[in-house]
Amino acid sequence: MAAYFLRRIGYGVITLLGVLLLLFVLFFAVTDPDDIARKAVGERARPEVYAQWKTNHGYDKPLIINTGATGAGRFTDTLLAEHYRRMLTFDFGRSDADDSPISRRLREGALPSLGITVPLFVMGLVVSVAVALFVAFFRETYIDRVVLVLCMLTMSVAGLLYIIAGQYLVGQLLRWFPISGFDPNPAVVARFLALPVLVGVLSGFGADTRFYRTIFLEEIGRDYVRTARAKGCGDARVMVRHVLRNALIPILTNVVVQIPFLFTGALLLESFFGIPGLGALTVEAIQGNDFSTLRTMVYLGALLFIAGQILTDISYALADPRVRLG
Amino acid sequence: MSAPLLAVENLSISFPGEAGPVRVVDRVSLSIARGETLALVGESGSGKSMTALAMMRLVPKPGRIQPGAHIAFEGRDLLSLSVPDMRAVRGAGIGMIFQEPMTSLNPVTTVGDQVLEAIELHAKLSRAQARSHVIELFGLVGIPDAKHRFGAYPHQLSGGLKQRVMIAMAMAMRPRLLIADEPTTALDATIRAQILELLRDLSAKTETAVLLITHDFGVVNEVADRVAVMYAGEIVEEGSRGELLGHPRHPYTQGLLRSIPKAEARGHRLEEIKGSVPRPGHWPTGCRFHPRCPHAFAPCPGTEPQRTTVSATQAACCHLLDRSVEP
Ligand SMILES: Nc1ncnc2c1ncn2[C@@H]1O[C@H](COP(=O)(O)OP(=O)(O)OP(=O)(O)O)[C@@H](O)[C@H]1O
Ligand SMILES: [Mg+2]
Repeated sequence: MAAYFLRRIGYGVITLLGVLLLLFVLFFAVTDPDDIARKAVGERARPEVYAQWKTNHGYDKPLIINTGATGAGRFTDTLLAEHYRRMLTFDFGRSDADDSPISRRLREGALPSLGITVPLFVMGLVVSVAVALFVAFFRETYIDRVVLVLCMLTMSVAGLLYIIAGQYLVGQLLRWFPISGFDPNPAVVARFLALPVLVGVLSGFGADTRFYRTIFLEEIGRDYVRTARAKGCGDARVMVRHVLRNALIPILTNVVVQIPFLFTGALLLESFFGIPGLGALTVEAIQGNDFSTLRTMVYLGALLFIAGQILTDISYALADPRVRLG
Repeated sequence: MSAPLLAVENLSISFPGEAGPVRVVDRVSLSIARGETLALVGESGSGKSMTALAMMRLVPKPGRIQPGAHIAFEGRDLLSLSVPDMRAVRGAGIGMIFQEPMTSLNPVTTVGDQVLEAIELHAKLSRAQARSHVIELFGLVGIPDAKHRFGAYPHQLSGGLKQRVMIAMAMAMRPRLLIADEPTTALDATIRAQILELLRDLSAKTETAVLLITHDFGVVNEVADRVAVMYAGEIVEEGSRGELLGHPRHPYTQGLLRSIPKAEARGHRLEEIKGSVPRPGHWPTGCRFHPRCPHAFAPCPGTEPQRTTVSATQAACCHLLDRSVEP
């Protein structure tokens, strides 16, 4: 078992190194560092300012081979080596747009992001699983059909519409919560997060509920459920002790992979509700030609994705004795 | 004569079809005495499993037991019991085991806990007491190293051992009736014989009545006291084992018996019943067996044969036996 996970982590590391190479090609070879520098300091800046900016942002070295250096320096004193070193040690440097340290921006953005994504994730999961279990229990009745139609309806509306409608209805007409904005003060922060979380839960509800319902129905049809009934289990016990316990395995694989992404925030929700989180930071970086920030965010995304895959495998093995015990 | 342990009367089961409900079991009546083993035989699709599931009120949705049926178990009508009362019958009064030991156990729970649950549901025992009862049961059904096997998961056991776990589960509360739906079909020959022997010994030792569903007349010959033959949703013949195997009166029973491979007939082609079982909703009029029957004559396609008693214990539904019909 331990050997399996070590190998799994080894593959993860190799994948990550590959991702870094791809990022290098994208951000240093396809996008020319000279272009980035010229855009940042302006076309008519003096050559010293231009050179200084490149030095400050670590764009002042040759790409792959440093012909000016000797020994190992020919390969280590290059943009490629620098790129790997910085990313692997989480030394992300400064924003190309406003010179602020990226790690500080990350720290500042993490809390507002988690403030949205964690409640959204937990509430979405609990609501969808509970509703799915409920309709699976009432399968083939009108309750089941009504909920299914509701799911289809909520799915066929675009996510953007929920944001706009939510802001209009709850924020403007009912005035329960602010339309957008953020205040980290713990006394009022929930007021700013409530609406985006609500909108997020609603827009994910239909697809998730249908997905979990399918899983539950598949389990309900299995032979061991009939065995459980034959020994005298009641409906509720059958659903929770037998169906839910078995359905947990496919549900886990779907859910655990999402957990790492809670850290990267919610792009759409954050930028529309004016929450200064990491999702908003990413959108800002795209709009402002902030390549160093963007590169950091893409890298972190890949890192979290790989972590999610490994976590999924581990939780899968823990939940399913057939995997755990081989 | 004392009242039978179980008496099924006029049981019909239907599933919704495109053109209204379709019957899969049609006016079945049968009874089982205390301690008796009744074998229910018939080709695939004749409605044996549905009949058995109806006795547990476990007919799968959207199937329905038609009004007018009665299933009396120990004098109580199961079909009019409240849901909690019916739950108390399942597992305690009637135990059930199924054909597929591979899929009939919960894959993520240890087999010990699954048998334990069958006890916990019906008896107020401490966990330790229930646990030692389970280990005792495992020994009883011939699971070696019972203490150690308590914590095993189903995938760690062979098919034969899994079926023994199922038997332990079904027998945990000493039910008066055990329903075994093709308990040996999925097992290979040597294991099949062992499981059959276990069932026979257990039912004799505990005086449990058994409803044994099977395709296999070898199994019937070994364990049954009485036999009922089902065809297209109906019971077409019933009688004691000796009567049915020695003097079958219904052409369908005769055909089934002729299609058993016999040792002395090795090398000969088996005499199969021609054609196949009609699907529910497509049952022929009159006698449902007449299109496949070698003895079919004038009344068969038009008139439904009545049940005719041949002896105190044997009866069959066939025009050949009915003296009121002119040949
Ligand atoms: N869920 C269902 N919906 C519709 N028809 C069904 C359903 N389940 C079973 N049937 C039908 O009921 C009939 C009787 O099924 P049953 O399982 O009782 O047969 P059986 O005699 O046990 O056969 P086998 O030997 O294959 O187990 C079959 O023709 C089957 O097609
Ligand atoms: Mg069957």
